[in-house]
Amino acid sequence: MEQYFIPAAVLCSFLILVIPGKVRFYYTLALILLITLVTAIPAALEFFSPLNVTYLRSEPGLTASLTSTNWVFKGYLGELRFTIDRLSSFFILVTNFTVLTGMLYSRGYLKAYENTKNPAQFALHYFSYVWLHLSMLAVLTLRDGLAFMIAWELMAVSSFMLILFEAEKRSTLKTAVNYLVQMHIGFVLLLFALLITEAGTGQMSFDALPAYFASHSNTGLFLLFFAGFAVKAGFIPFHTWLPEAHPAAPSHVSGVMSGVMIKMGIYGIFRVLISVQSDWYTIGLVLLAISALTGLLGILFSIVQKDIKKILAYSTIENIGIIGLGMGLGAIGLALHNTALTFLGFTGSLLHVLNHSLFKSLLFYGAGSVYRSTHTRNIEELGGLIHRMPRTAGLFLFGSVAICALPPLNGFVSEFLLYIGFFKGLSAGSEYLSILFLLTIITMTLIGGLAIFSFSRAFGISFLGTPRKEIHLQPETITRDMIFPQILIAFFILGIGLMPMAAIAPIANLVENQFHPGSAASLLSLTTAMNKISLFGLILISLVSCILYLRTRVLRQRTPAYGPTWGCGYTEGTPRQQYTGASFAGNISELAQPVLQNIEELRPIAADDIFPHKRSLHLRTIDIFSVALGKLTDLSWLVLKTLARLQTGNIRHYILYAFIFILVIFVLLYLKLI
Amino acid sequence: MTGALLAIVSAVFFPGIILRVKSIASGRKGPGILQPWKNIILLFRKSSVFSTTTSFIFRLAPAVYLATICCALMLLPFPGMPSVLGFEGDFILFAYLLALGKLLFILGALDTGSSFEGMGANREALYSMLTEPAFFILLGTLSLLSGQFSMQSIFHNLQFAGEFSLITGGIAIYLLVQIAMIENSRMPVDDPRTHLELTMVHEVMILDYSGLDLALIQTATNLKFVLYGGLIANFLMPAVADWSTLASTWHVACDTWHVARDTWHLLDATLNVSIFLVVEAVFAAAIGLMESFRARKKLAKNPQFIVTLSSIALIGFILVLLLTRNLIR
Repeated sequence: MEQYFIPAAVLCSFLILVIPGKVRFYYTLALILLITLVTAIPAALEFFSPLNVTYLRSEPGLTASLTSTNWVFKGYLGELRFTIDRLSSFFILVTNFTVLTGMLYSRGYLKAYENTKNPAQFALHYFSYVWLHLSMLAVLTLRDGLAFMIAWELMAVSSFMLILFEAEKRSTLKTAVNYLVQMHIGFVLLLFALLITEAGTGQMSFDALPAYFASHSNTGLFLLFFAGFAVKAGFIPFHTWLPEAHPAAPSHVSGVMSGVMIKMGIYGIFRVLISVQSDWYTIGLVLLAISALTGLLGILFSIVQKDIKKILAYSTIENIGIIGLGMGLGAIGLALHNTALTFLGFTGSLLHVLNHSLFKSLLFYGAGSVYRSTHTRNIEELGGLIHRMPRTAGLFLFGSVAICALPPLNGFVSEFLLYIGFFKGLSAGSEYLSILFLLTIITMTLIGGLAIFSFSRAFGISFLGTPRKEIHLQPETITRDMIFPQILIAFFILGIGLMPMAAIAPIANLVENQFHPGSAASLLSLTTAMNKISLFGLILISLVSCILYLRTRVLRQRTPAYGPTWGCGYTEGTPRQQYTGASFAGNISELAQPVLQNIEELRPIAADDIFPHKRSLHLRTIDIFSVALGKLTDLSWLVLKTLARLQTGNIRHYILYAFIFILVIFVLLYLKLI
Repeated sequence: MTGALLAIVSAVFFPGIILRVKSIASGRKGPGILQPWKNIILLFRKSSVFSTTTSFIFRLAPAVYLATICCALMLLPFPGMPSVLGFEGDFILFAYLLALGKLLFILGALDTGSSFEGMGANREALYSMLTEPAFFILLGTLSLLSGQFSMQSIFHNLQFAGEFSLITGGIAIYLLVQIAMIENSRMPVDDPRTHLELTMVHEVMILDYSGLDLALIQTATNLKFVLYGGLIANFLMPAVADWSTLASTWHVACDTWHVARDTWHLLDATLNVSIFLVVEAVFAAAIGLMESFRARKKLAKNPQFIVTLSSIALIGFILVLLLTRNLIR
């Protein structure tokens, strides 16, 4: 029965293209709900099932037999096997939730385009959205190399189509093409990695990886896979597509891309990591180094951005870094045979995947609402939005607190796991490892502080104060459709923050199942800590509400006065005199000068100007990695241009080339060189 | 909870001592010890003036600021008492609770739309970002030395780390005092008495608060001071209060006077409580002296100064690593 599901889903998705406009949204929503239902139920059964079998890590190939759900679809070209194990079940649940909230949010968000876009464009958009959903699920369940790569490619193409929604803007078009090209670099790396697997084991499949790793060196192939998946995940220096593509896409798409699509890269790294047999130490060190760089630079870049969605995009890179730090910690834990480190590292990392998918989609939807009602994403033009759109502002603040990893919300829980893991690591290994872990702790605290800096800036400049520019705001554009999915996400964020064990326990089972650290004892000691954390969350919330209640009661008896903000005696201040995003970021960009290169284009008033002309100041920040990548492409362009001289268009030259080629082969054969 | 209660008790006289020491040092008689609290109570009774630019964030911020500090106070350990609320990694929660308060405080300042307050908020965000590593390195050092992960057991086990705890002690107390000064926006980085908005940090952020909200913030600030004082006291108590000889003398005395030996626990607790209060008082006096005889740094030099603290903490960490693990063989 279930093997007919896939062809049915494919056929139904094509119906989106022909269905009339009024029911198109509901039809797509129903289709996505159906896909979610069909995949989420077996995934949930798998994910929440208790552990009853213990496996020994030493036996290669066991990961294949851990699966509980296998769907085999037989077609003309052979069979397609969809497998759900604990690892994919976790990612399936995360993916389905975010795709669903994105779909719900899209209704309100896309309403404004109804007059400017024709129905075909809408149809294509929803069609691509469903295909992004389907391809992500396929990536998560397919193990065969070829099928996986096809699904991977479908994912890239469908998200490419989604970014192209506002293709009439030239910058969007450029960004989308850039995205597609970079995705294919990742594709090639993955293809090579899979081909190496095939050459080593005779089977091009992720199931063959344990056998390959058992008999070959581990680091090389892992790093190749890592590089391929890192392009998708956005690890620095493979991230340059990300801060361009996220702002260009419509907000529900950015939410889904940042929330779950880039996590497919993380899934891939985990999929390879569970097959690795040795060399854990090297792998762990590489992961830690790259992730620390990613986290720190990501958040630094985010601080100097003006575009609110770019701020969020760079913060996505930072969070990928945090997820990577967890993976590195887990890998080093395996190298040291240290249960606690393995458990805390991998659990923290996976929990952060879930957490980030929640608060980042919430923040992107909030940024989308800002864009929808103000038509700008530049925070220097915003301000005072909290008075016009208080619900969006409140939810954005909620998401900011969560993403800064502050209690009592979910971000704190996953970062807590990583922190305690690194602190335990201080005394776990050699002295050099202690110093390394201490440096990682410093990196994490810096990331935490910079995240607070970045999000107080993003929220404070755009939502607080007074409007910096006259904006014709249409508050009615923020409909209940757009608020509802955000509240749904916020509910889960608070839930994980106050009941962390509900999320940690199944993830701990997953880690136990895949990495076999024997984490029962660590889980037990963690439970007490988590219970205290939720207790403190409740204490904090009740204290705040207590103080607020008393404050309101007391103030009701008095009559507060209202007046302008204190201006040091100067009452003619204008909104333009407020602190701006650029001035808020000023001291950080000074401190981090080598990394954050600002370009200032200043036209000052010259000394001999009798009648001062208009001055102007343009501030731009450049991503040094984009510049480096640009230089690289320029260089290859130069080389290719030189080679293009060979392409004369003259048929006789081409025959000459063929002749020379044959001649060279002859000579080489004669000299016994080949 | 004992630590929290004692800290609240010491908060009663803490700001008064600072003020009194400062006025004596500048040759004045100075107000009574309770004068700062009388001022706060006066503010509690007053009505408020709100800027029309502000929103609910401005009203939420003082409440959250106070609540986070109260929560952090509950985590303050006290030696000899069973720790009810402490757990493995509680210092992470401690630091992040304070960070939550700071975030809301920063947003409250930005809510007024004043460029002065934006400036203060910006500086506060920068300084707290730079201070946090020092605190975490310090706790990493202590947890490495004691092999424990909750504040209660870290401080308890330091007692058994012998002379190493004396070596780290100096560094740790220096760092905690400096961190306390920065976190509370006091002398080397900020001057609470400065009259120019352009050079303020903390004071400029609360420019628009008045009445009840201002009282909440000032209460929170005082509590934050004793919070760090409590940490310092905890650090000193096991080092000073190694009562083994005193205990045996007491036991001999008990036996000769036919008193139950259990009274020792009572004496022990009394001694610890008095050490706690004395350390808080000395801390307050030290702050008063430091503020009287020390000039504030140039604003542009502040980040350098704060980063120096992290490097000192790092030296402490490597020192401990050297001593405990024989890094150089």
